[in-house]
Amino acid sequence: MIIDVNAYVSRWPFRRLPFDDTPALVERLHQSDFTEAWVGSFDGLFHEDIARVNAELVSECERHGAGLLKPMGSVNPTLPDWQDDIRRCHEEYGMAGIRLHPNYHGYMLDDPRFAELLSLAESFSLIVQLAFYMEDPRTQHKLVQIPHVQPGPLKQLIEERPRLKLILLNSSIVGPPTLSELIAAGNVYADISHAESIGSLDKLIKIVPYERLLFGSHFPFFILEANLLKFQESELGETINAAIRWENARSLNG
Amino acid sequence: MIWDLHCHISNVEGTTPDEKIAAMMTYADRMGVERMVFYMGTNFSTDPDPEEFRRQNDEVLQALSHWHHRAFGFAYLNPKYPEACLQEIDRCIVNGPMVGIKLWVALRCNDPRLDEIIHRCAELKAVIFQHTWLKSNGNLEGESTPMDMAVLAARHPDTPLICGHTGGDWEQGIRAIRVHKNVSVDLAGSEPTAGFVEMAVRELGAERVIYGSDVGGRSFSTQLAKVYGAKISNVEKKLILGKNLRRMMEPILRIKGVKP
Ligand SMILES: [Zn+2]
Repeated sequence: MIIDVNAYVSRWPFRRLPFDDTPALVERLHQSDFTEAWVGSFDGLFHEDIARVNAELVSECERHGAGLLKPMGSVNPTLPDWQDDIRRCHEEYGMAGIRLHPNYHGYMLDDPRFAELLSLAESFSLIVQLAFYMEDPRTQHKLVQIPHVQPGPLKQLIEERPRLKLILLNSSIVGPPTLSELIAAGNVYADISHAESIGSLDKLIKIVPYERLLFGSHFPFFILEANLLKFQESELGETINAAIRWENARSLNG
Repeated sequence: MIWDLHCHISNVEGTTPDEKIAAMMTYADRMGVERMVFYMGTNFSTDPDPEEFRRQNDEVLQALSHWHHRAFGFAYLNPKYPEACLQEIDRCIVNGPMVGIKLWVALRCNDPRLDEIIHRCAELKAVIFQHTWLKSNGNLEGESTPMDMAVLAARHPDTPLICGHTGGDWEQGIRAIRVHKNVSVDLAGSEPTAGFVEMAVRELGAERVIYGSDVGGRSFSTQLAKVYGAKISNVEKKLILGKNLRRMMEPILRIKGVKP
């Protein structure tokens, strides 16, 4: 049993991915014993008609999700009347959370609209997923160079919102503040998708309490096996394995 | 059978080369990696003088000393010092246990100073590994691109060469070396991005694609996944995971009397 908190549907604009077709993606997840996958839409990074992106994400999950896919809506706080997008995610679609890509939407975390967005999410009890980056800057298309998200005032924003549920995605390269400082600042989790180096999970659980780690794949941009195999490379024991693979996500979304 | 082309004794627990390689083998065992090729020392140096690259090679020689049944070594060289490189090839390969060379980011590989080194390795059947990256945010001054590799390959069409990291930006790297049949690509050391291995097999054929990890900076998991997760045949996966590297190393292993 695995809950993947970091998957995507639709197309990555710079190449076709082997599993960028939703039925194939769902079938692949089923093969590896996934019971849930929290999916954002690649379109949410690039499209300005975010309302349509979210409507299509919901219908894609309903049509092809087979009970597996849980939509995480996109919100871009630089767009006019963005507050209505987050309201729809909550009221019309009953989503568990939203996924943010500040670097693709062109704002820093000290932007007052970001603080307002976090407050709205907190008031709706929506989980906020914050993606720190999507693609190695060295291989990005030369006309579309996207910097990493800088945490900036994030620690303080977390501390001011004790009921906010925040998941840091793709967060192996965070800081300062460090990943462990952000985790300690509130109700904050990190996914394992970008944990690297030999025995990466052994190293990660020394920085982040395992109760705050979630299985994330960055699939289908990444190969699904990349994160599954980490549990073979690090022998963490059944308790920690189960916590990271599904229990923590289940209780976070409970 | 898994052979790993690209390993370093860095980013792993332990204070000495002996401790580090032992820690690495624990992880290799869990992942079913039988043989590993090591190069460069516990601390990397981008532009080493001969004294420094000899010191780095000494660390690898020390690490290998208890692991000859599982580990191979390539001598780390800086082609800015061709004479010292030839001496180091004699020390590490002719008179030592190493079976290839590693060239990194000190000097771009289209430079004529590489030629003598390549000739000597060809005589010895030593494996030649050249790091390459094509970074959209800028290469290091002495860092080779896969296009530089193509220039080198054209000058030495009968010598097998390995294009490290497939150029990093593999979509361009594969194209850059495609026509040079003497060039194989190393899969190591980039993110486990879907589609990489499928394209390499489609454009080069599985025989020219070699699994490597770049542990300890990378994990076995993310790098093995590139092969395990690729939509290619099992026969192709076996070539990539070990058979190709073994085939490439067989001549020098035979000369050295090492059973592959
Ligand atoms: Zn390396």
